[in-house]
Amino acid sequence: MNTKNADAIIVGAGWAGTIMAKELTEAGLSVIVLERGKEHTTAIEGAYPDSIDELRGAIRKRLFQNLAKTTVTIRNTVDQTALPYRQLAAFLPGEGVGGAGLHWSGVHFRADPNDLRLRSAMEERYGKNFIPKDMHLQDYGVTYEELEPFFDKAEKVFGTSGTAYTVKGKVIGDGNVFAPDRSSDFPLPAMNDTFSAATFRKAAHDAGYHPYSLPAANASQPYTNPYGCQMGPCNFCGYCSGYDCYLYSKASPNVNILPALRQDKRFTLISNAHVLRVDLDGSKTKATGVTYLDTTTQRETSLKADLVILSAFQFHNVHLMLLSGIGKPYDPVKNTGTIGRNFVYQTITTSRVWLPENNYTNQFIGAGGVGVAIDDFNSMNFDHGPLGFVGGSPVWVNQAGVKPIAAAVGTGGHGTPRWGKGYKDALVDTYKHSLAIDAHGSNMAYRDVYLDLDPTWKDAYGLPLLRMTFTWKDNDIRMNQYVVNKIAPIARAMGATKVSLNHLEFGQPFDTRHYQTTHLGGGAIMGDNPQTSALNRYLQSWDVSNVFVIGSNAFPQGMGYNPTGTVAALAYWSAHHIRTTYLKSPGPMVQA
Amino acid sequence: MVKSDPTSAPKPRFTLPRRSVTSALLGTTAFWLTQPSAGISRALAREAATAPYSPQFFTAAEYAFLMAATERLFPKDHNGPGATELGVPEFIDRQMQTPYGVGDNWYMSAPFQEGPANLGYQLPLVPRALYRQGIASLERYTHQQYGKNFAALPAPTQDIILTALEGGSLQLESIPGRTFFEQLRTNTLEGAFSDPLYGGNHNLGGWLMLGFPGARADFMDWVNQEGTAYPLPPVSLSGQTA
Repeated sequence: MNTKNADAIIVGAGWAGTIMAKELTEAGLSVIVLERGKEHTTAIEGAYPDSIDELRGAIRKRLFQNLAKTTVTIRNTVDQTALPYRQLAAFLPGEGVGGAGLHWSGVHFRADPNDLRLRSAMEERYGKNFIPKDMHLQDYGVTYEELEPFFDKAEKVFGTSGTAYTVKGKVIGDGNVFAPDRSSDFPLPAMNDTFSAATFRKAAHDAGYHPYSLPAANASQPYTNPYGCQMGPCNFCGYCSGYDCYLYSKASPNVNILPALRQDKRFTLISNAHVLRVDLDGSKTKATGVTYLDTTTQRETSLKADLVILSAFQFHNVHLMLLSGIGKPYDPVKNTGTIGRNFVYQTITTSRVWLPENNYTNQFIGAGGVGVAIDDFNSMNFDHGPLGFVGGSPVWVNQAGVKPIAAAVGTGGHGTPRWGKGYKDALVDTYKHSLAIDAHGSNMAYRDVYLDLDPTWKDAYGLPLLRMTFTWKDNDIRMNQYVVNKIAPIARAMGATKVSLNHLEFGQPFDTRHYQTTHLGGGAIMGDNPQTSALNRYLQSWDVSNVFVIGSNAFPQGMGYNPTGTVAALAYWSAHHIRTTYLKSPGPMVQA
Repeated sequence: MVKSDPTSAPKPRFTLPRRSVTSALLGTTAFWLTQPSAGISRALAREAATAPYSPQFFTAAEYAFLMAATERLFPKDHNGPGATELGVPEFIDRQMQTPYGVGDNWYMSAPFQEGPANLGYQLPLVPRALYRQGIASLERYTHQQYGKNFAALPAPTQDIILTALEGGSLQLESIPGRTFFEQLRTNTLEGAFSDPLYGGNHNLGGWLMLGFPGARADFMDWVNQEGTAYPLPPVSLSGQTA
């Protein structure tokens, strides 16, 4: 007797969830997507001018997760008591249809080939002993060559603007000389440089580096993607990061995938549906469906399906696995179990350069994905041998549109007044004449950095909160300091009148009070060994083979690049193998 | 005036932005920008700026503190208007009547436990309670120390107190001085630089100071003008111009 509600249930309507829904409906499956937040459409919530209201938007956190319902607890070390993350600050997960894919910036990278096999690549070049003992450095189990068609597909769906370096082995443009080869060019030409980015490009070039245009899922021209979804050209309004683009110029699930999906009868989207757990059968090796709470009626409903896809935000996927009993929780003492293992972040520090007073940087002009970067100190593009650390950082000017409240709150400190006499001078000068240069770097995985369930605090539904144990380690601090120091000659070449270089400090713990990045990763990673990874190379749970877990949770370590492009490619990769292999013969696609 | 206890007060009605009579009558910003209505807009703005505001959440004494303290944090100077002229106290009072005032998107489940500062805010107090208890405690301190309310003290003394709060050397009973200071500083700057529809940034004075063009949100022709300042003055969400 067949009592299932759908062939597949997908948890979360962000990039990963909507890509999986599109792929599976194309394969003829009926799909239910459960989204715990509300609907978001450009024509209503995203419309001008309400959508560009800074107070209501980034400051009062219109599109971000409502922590009143559920949050995480955080501690730096295993001997501390983790405390709740009560106010959003360090990272900003999304909530509602589109997920964090609605309020992201749009920087759209392909992973560096070495980053996908970082342990192997580092061992080949520097030997096994180069890697610190407590560092859980691992390969993804999938190569760039295997993922290339899916990076390509994601760029075409997102309408990504960029300048390529090589296509099919031939140099075709002045793109990133460190970027891997591509099967086709970017669907749209690169966005123009802002004044700040152009100044950086020239200075970085003069300093001997290799500047390139950031690949941006902000449309430089009108575009229609393979699903028939349309984008309009970006006008540099500056409301990408933290906002829903009123111009249909920034790629989002809402603009680039859902308009097509919503026309498919096999697709059902249920919003305000908070998934409480994945239901497993008695053997704990097969999922029968999921149970969710309708947050408007407070009614619990269980749905049955053959296939369950977890595609919520990184740590929500891990939380759901732990709550549902999928796989074995990670134990840092015994170094066993995989769920919660290799929890990673990124090392992002922002330095500031002041230009002469006749230079106005007009920092409110910009777009989330636009800018100029150098990769000379990213990934394995430089010699780590004498440096003795693993990892790297791109360095860039990514003027995404600086709004006045954020600028005002951020001005001061480091010897500059934060209020009163002199503060306004500093604020006006900084806002009108400065620009930011970021070192947006990698973060490695360590044995005592992980996710598990908190013993004390509960969410609004009575379930234990997820607990993060996280702090900065010497390897990553050294990497950050090394790269930040490389900014100084570029700043000089820009004609800086003043420079403030900011880097991580030894002994300074992770601080939850200041925004750093929402690029959290790991905790349910992919790999080729079920002892050290939660998922196989197709993002299929080693333990429950009809559960696939899609997201940056699969990253074994934090890369220097922004994660969304790789998340999208991994989603298409996983979906391709579900469609071509799994559906024909459901079961583990890799034997443990 | 009866003041409710913030811990037992019913959740206040959330006033949706831009649903005032003005915006309902006059429609979208696109309309404002393309119609010759700037005169009406300026008249309305003037009226709003001159009408005395009576605080709804803060008592008169608390409001006097807010007027004095926010002006010290964001003083009038050669760059432009200060906090009181920009309507910052009004902004903060109005914010207390929104979901923000009751910490609606903060995780406020017990137990509340102190910890290292870098693990973030851990007090059982939402913004309304932080202000109510913080101001009361601070006024007790200034009376004890100087025999006067904060607002009646000379500016240099007010600055000494604010500096002590910021540096953490002054504790407001159960509230760390630094926590209270950061709440006040953040809300002050929000009031100076948010859209005027929230009660602050009168006459777009905050945005003019920074050269921020407000709701223009279209810079296709100014992506790179070789470092020349953007030429147009600000416009608000409701079409008010400076």
